[in-house]
Amino acid sequence: MNGMVTRISGATVCVDLPDLKIGDRVFVGVSRLTGEVVRLEGRIATVQVFEDNRGLGIGEPVTTAQGPLTVRLGPGLLGGVFDGLQRPLYKLQEDSGDFISSGQDPFPLDCSRSWDFSTECTVGATLKTGEPFGKVREGHIDHLLLSTRDGTLAQVNTGKLQLENPAAHFEDGQPLLGWHSWPVRKARPVRRKLPPVTPLVTGQRCLDFLFPMLKGGVSIVPGGFGTGKTVLEQTIAKFADVDVVVYVGCGERGNEMAGLLDEFSELQDPRSDRPLMERTIIVANTSNMPVAARESSIFTAVTMAEYYRDMGLNVLFLADSLSRWAEALREISAALEEMPGEDGYPTYLGSRLSGFIERAGVVETLSGTSGSLSMILAVSPPGADFAEPVTQACLRVAGALYMLDTQLAHRRHFPAINWTHSYSLYSDTAMAHFTEQHGEWARLQSRCRDILQREEALREVAEVVGMEGLQDADRLLMRTAEKIRLDFLCQNSFTDDAYATPKNTLEQITTLIAEHERINTGLKEGALLDDLLMEDANASG
Amino acid sequence: MRLAEHRYSSVSAIRGPLLFLDRAFAARLGELVRIETPDGRNLSGEVLKISGEQVLIQVFGGTQGLDTRNTTVSFTDAVMRVPLGAGVLGRVFDGSFRPRDGLPMFIPEFRMPVLGAPINPVARAHPVEFIETGFSTIDGLNTLVKGQKLPIFSCSGLPAREMTDQILRQARLTDGGNFVLVFVALGLTHFEYQFYQQTLEHMQSRFVCFINLADDPVVERLLAPRLALTVAEDMAFRQEMDVLVIITDMTNYCDALREISTAREELPGRRGYPGHMYSDLASLYERAGRIHNRKGSVTLLPTVTMPEDDITHPIPDLTGYITEGQIVLSRELHQKGIYPPVDVLPSLSRLMQHGIGKGQTRKDHRDLANHLYRTYAKGCDLRRLEAVVGRDGMLAEDRLLLDFADRFETDFVHQGKLRRTIDDTLDTAQRLLDEFREVTR
Repeated sequence: MNGMVTRISGATVCVDLPDLKIGDRVFVGVSRLTGEVVRLEGRIATVQVFEDNRGLGIGEPVTTAQGPLTVRLGPGLLGGVFDGLQRPLYKLQEDSGDFISSGQDPFPLDCSRSWDFSTECTVGATLKTGEPFGKVREGHIDHLLLSTRDGTLAQVNTGKLQLENPAAHFEDGQPLLGWHSWPVRKARPVRRKLPPVTPLVTGQRCLDFLFPMLKGGVSIVPGGFGTGKTVLEQTIAKFADVDVVVYVGCGERGNEMAGLLDEFSELQDPRSDRPLMERTIIVANTSNMPVAARESSIFTAVTMAEYYRDMGLNVLFLADSLSRWAEALREISAALEEMPGEDGYPTYLGSRLSGFIERAGVVETLSGTSGSLSMILAVSPPGADFAEPVTQACLRVAGALYMLDTQLAHRRHFPAINWTHSYSLYSDTAMAHFTEQHGEWARLQSRCRDILQREEALREVAEVVGMEGLQDADRLLMRTAEKIRLDFLCQNSFTDDAYATPKNTLEQITTLIAEHERINTGLKEGALLDDLLMEDANASG
Repeated sequence: MRLAEHRYSSVSAIRGPLLFLDRAFAARLGELVRIETPDGRNLSGEVLKISGEQVLIQVFGGTQGLDTRNTTVSFTDAVMRVPLGAGVLGRVFDGSFRPRDGLPMFIPEFRMPVLGAPINPVARAHPVEFIETGFSTIDGLNTLVKGQKLPIFSCSGLPAREMTDQILRQARLTDGGNFVLVFVALGLTHFEYQFYQQTLEHMQSRFVCFINLADDPVVERLLAPRLALTVAEDMAFRQEMDVLVIITDMTNYCDALREISTAREELPGRRGYPGHMYSDLASLYERAGRIHNRKGSVTLLPTVTMPEDDITHPIPDLTGYITEGQIVLSRELHQKGIYPPVDVLPSLSRLMQHGIGKGQTRKDHRDLANHLYRTYAKGCDLRRLEAVVGRDGMLAEDRLLLDFADRFETDFVHQGKLRRTIDDTLDTAQRLLDEFREVTR
């Protein structure tokens, strides 16, 4: 059944087509641009078009895809680079050149590739929805193929599998394929959510030691421009101890994505010694690509992340940046002439955001294994003012805050994580875990915090009286704090120092604190700081 | 495709730069329209919105003299396209691509849509090749590379004009190459135009200019940078040239955007600027770049005047979020008589890491830059202490750092109107650091 375009206002288009549902995917105009139904009024549906629709005319045909916007899930997603609608960007480049044109819809998975399919299921086996019926080897992981329905198998193939051929048949004759579709806006079902307990090691000393993250947790990274959000996100993407990383460049710079792709295709995953790209999925919707597709990009990406989680893997979802997503939401809302809330953002910003963030967590999958989906989300507050709606809405649902500080960035202290304002609600759980493995963790952490805290107060005094005017104990504290800041909290992402194991982290801080305590004891016994430092230098040098 | 041309005289309303047309048949979004004024002039416009038979048109070139009875509108069945070809080189145009230099229009080889299409992120090549601007603070500490977008954040009264002028004269590729400058002036005063004209006369034909003067139509301020970038993309990616696009001043662009947005009755965002300003600016800035397996590049150097010297104002703020760094000018340095008054501490070039060192500039570049920055930053920190306790109350080594900060400003940042090659810049840096090492020994 064909409808037609009746009204065009930017990317918001009204079409006359009956029997549509909210969220349905439609193809608009002669060049078949992808759109999503966002509002229904009688026969008239308002459609948000995901592609550049210049040249679209009144009266052009509209058809429905008979279902919502979906992503295609199957082996071969790892290493892929997609746009916000899961269109494979390399394929798009092959088909239509270096610039993106509208109306293209290549299949996101490679159907010509054959996979070694093995299964323990035999004819007559009964499958439940979400249960694995076999696996293929994808990069360094066993990619489990999950059943999309209940049923009994009547026939099973093994050996080489191509995605368009069935891997098995049910008794009712329905084929079981190696891939399936899933609506982007619908969270994939799980048996239940579990509490997060295992630390997610990022390799960043400041994070792992002071503000640890858990597998299945959510942290946000707000920071003004130039504070190193992107570098931090990308560094974590390289080193985090997870099985799969999904990285979304949401409304950010094209050159940054180019840099990321260059680097990730050269670098090795330190844990599996395979190319880093093999464990990474990239969704790139740069700032000059259509705004509506930017809005859908995080949902496209999180659905792919959930798919790998459902295989019982640990997945890390990184988005850069959530503010651009929120701005896209605001633009769409304004085009729909909805009543604006704070700063022009729609009033449903908070609920939409929490709906999305709650897709993270540790879960018991439908097949009974456990998998996790963690999120580290960058936020770009306008004017580095953290009181703005997006940061505040994120804070209500996130478990950790890594606040990036413009002052630290200007001093080239990277990662520019402000240690007084950042926090992690996962700290206790993670610390219990680290303490079990590496001892002392908790005591050192509180000692380190204490030193940094007291430095803050002392610095104000020092600015008035000068360092000379301070007492020896205070000067020692200032000295140790400086060492902690420069040698421990600072970490250059462009050298070998970019990654620190928890063991190294602990060793380093142990040495720093031990030195501090030793000299401090000396001071208490009445020695002078300068003498003690001299002694120390002689002993070590 | 229409078989007959439709001419309409059913204009129902004119509001600011917008024109409402009734009973129009089969218009297209973004379609170029021709408007004939009652006194026989021709204007062009673009379809912004279509609701059934009512069409909303944005008029380029001002709506003065239009009426609702005798104005006629005809549709061209095409989106706005930019005439392209080798003939653009050495020419000066206005914001609607009419020659401003008194010469006849060149003969276009072909035309491309004015808004362009986004570069596929996987087709982008990461920017790595050095462009020399002749300023030590940029070349040495905030290096510009081909395909980068690096804005200059200025304040009113600071010599951003002199700096852009000097960059126009002296920017070059160290390995030679086919280098072209595109100069886009938005809302330029006649006074400033005269200033730039002298420079342009000396530039021979390695440039293209788009000049929108302060009393030219506001809508053209939105159009001019897009025309320029389409020309730049064509020169870069078809004719294999390295193009440096200098835009001055983006603040005027954003104010024009706000003006048009208000006329369209869009919801105002921060300080009245439209909510889609980020995406709009990105649609300009993101056209900079390089592409794998193609020779040319588009590099963007826009100037932003920060209203009230406020870096958190929406214009510099959104710009900073899109561009790969920023060059920040300082009123304090300017008052000390230092030119260019670049404050290197908040300035940053994100793509510098890959564009310097062996093969690009010099082997010792990275070390020198890091060292210089760190030592100067320490000196600046100590200045605050100096203000409280006085110079005499400070440690000897701290006083040396203070001296270094002063020397850095007068010898490295300050260079007057002289051009410094990258070697001069690095030698100066080396000399400063050597002297400092000498006295601290």
